[in-house]
Amino acid sequence: MTALLRAQGISRSFGGLQALRECNLEVEQGSITGLIGPNGSGKTTLFNVITGYVKADTGTVTFDGADITGLEPDKVFARGIGRTFQLTRIFARMTVLENMLIAIQHEESWLRGMTRSKSSKAEVDNALEWLDFVGITRLAELEAGSLSYGQRKLLELAYVLVANPNVILLDEPAGGVNLTLINQIAEKIRELNAQGKTFLIVEHNMEFVMNLCDSVTVMNQGSNLVSGKPAEVRSNPQVLDAYLGGDDEEDEVDVNA
Amino acid sequence: MSRTKNLWWVIAVAIFAVFPIVVTNPTYTSIGVYTLLFMACATSWNMFSGYSGYIALGSSVFYGTGAYTMALASIHLHMAPGAAMFWLVPLGGLVAVVVAIPVGWLALRVRRHTFVVITIAIFFIFQLGAINFSFTGGTAGLSLPFVQWGASYYNVPFYYVALTIVIVATIISALVRRSRFGLQLLAIRDDEDRALGLGVRVGAVKLSGFALSAFAIGMAGALYAMFQGQIYPQFVFDPTFDVSVALMSFFGGLGTLTGPLLGALVLESAQQYLTVTYSNGSLYLIVFGALFLLVITFMPRGVVNYFIDRRRRALAASSAASPASSSPQPAPSVGTLV
Repeated sequence: MTALLRAQGISRSFGGLQALRECNLEVEQGSITGLIGPNGSGKTTLFNVITGYVKADTGTVTFDGADITGLEPDKVFARGIGRTFQLTRIFARMTVLENMLIAIQHEESWLRGMTRSKSSKAEVDNALEWLDFVGITRLAELEAGSLSYGQRKLLELAYVLVANPNVILLDEPAGGVNLTLINQIAEKIRELNAQGKTFLIVEHNMEFVMNLCDSVTVMNQGSNLVSGKPAEVRSNPQVLDAYLGGDDEEDEVDVNA
Repeated sequence: MSRTKNLWWVIAVAIFAVFPIVVTNPTYTSIGVYTLLFMACATSWNMFSGYSGYIALGSSVFYGTGAYTMALASIHLHMAPGAAMFWLVPLGGLVAVVVAIPVGWLALRVRRHTFVVITIAIFFIFQLGAINFSFTGGTAGLSLPFVQWGASYYNVPFYYVALTIVIVATIISALVRRSRFGLQLLAIRDDEDRALGLGVRVGAVKLSGFALSAFAIGMAGALYAMFQGQIYPQFVFDPTFDVSVALMSFFGGLGTLTGPLLGALVLESAQQYLTVTYSNGSLYLIVFGALFLLVITFMPRGVVNYFIDRRRRALAASSAASPASSSPQPAPSVGTLV
């Protein structure tokens, strides 16, 4: 298998802080890849680099064989990479349905948007179908700002899905969400993965990641530490070290740590 | 839009159309012309700033551009004074759109407060330009071909052209609101970066919205120049115009279709009336201030939004009282909405 999405040698610093340091990541076609690491290890920054919100200082991002380094977010999205945000970002003063319709429009030119109505019957049906998929159809006419946090997560997932991207990047889909809803989200991800969608997931909830993902990449201090099957990663001493905060002097074996 | 709503629009237009027939006093028809000009400008301003959240305070750049287009074109084309000059009104609008493109390209790179400041700065550049360039006539301004219509009749043609501009501005605003483009502007207001990440070409959308909003404002400026017969830089490139247009929209309800119309109707006609009746140029400022404090205190989202919210809450309360209804309900409370 070849990697569908590949980030190579990504570095990025903000002022004196080196957020990413020669970081590499590969996401196989049709996989669910987990990206874990302690707070501040650069996971979200890597997401931002991939999706065009942050420019990398060095390194390249390739998607489906094409170089997409430094493309603007709308272009990245048009190529088929959709993402959610850790702190959900929805359009609070628009209705849930209108939120969905925004995500559909990437298939047409901006000039076309001026001359057509908000939505066609087919687009509304499509949007409602995805709302139904995440189970919030009954909220369609509500202003999105009145949704609860969990409902917002589902809405954000739904409007990324409605655009039909090939790869979906989820930034902490389980963060701050109750257990029932976590299982529900995991269920949806599995279902979509079975239909051929590729996922890259940043998550702190270990159980969620270990149960769901085919492979896991661990980041620490801006670079990728190890990658592998969840079981291998779990028992890796470097990973334990990164998470539990090992002390360099007592760290007798590993020179690379 | 529902039948009854359409009916209300027809009634409103009819009332405005018969006004100069019923009220023939030139003092009042003149107030009517100014009021309509501001209704057009506030609606057009709201079509961009209200929908997108980019509060521009330099709209008189387009008003002044329209006015100078009318003046310069009518002078240099040696136009015979008369109704033919009305054909230059759409030209004023188009030139304003052309001017708006580089202005928007520059100003729309920044957001929020910085955007507001930049639009003000650009406004002063235009005002200084009008004062200092020779082709604008400098501080002496420009005299247009003098239209010699009788004093009792003079205002009426201007009134109907102004009404036409208001209708055009309102139709544009309504069409934008109903289009995908309008939805994109609203998305930009709520979260521009997120919209970008969902494939909205925010740069193109913002710039075209900004330029489109200049059209009716430019037309209004052109009509104003012809109406006055004489223009001066400080009156067509006027900072109080920038503020008035924004305040009228805030007063009526930012981002609504009827809000700016209502705001301009109430505030501009009141201002003109007070100025004329008490021949006191600053009395209106006191009344304005008081009215504003009242509205901002009791209806912080503007008059129209206040009533929309009230109706929503009433609907939500009535459907909550009857548990049988299972249809989606409108947002129950304003508290959760921004």
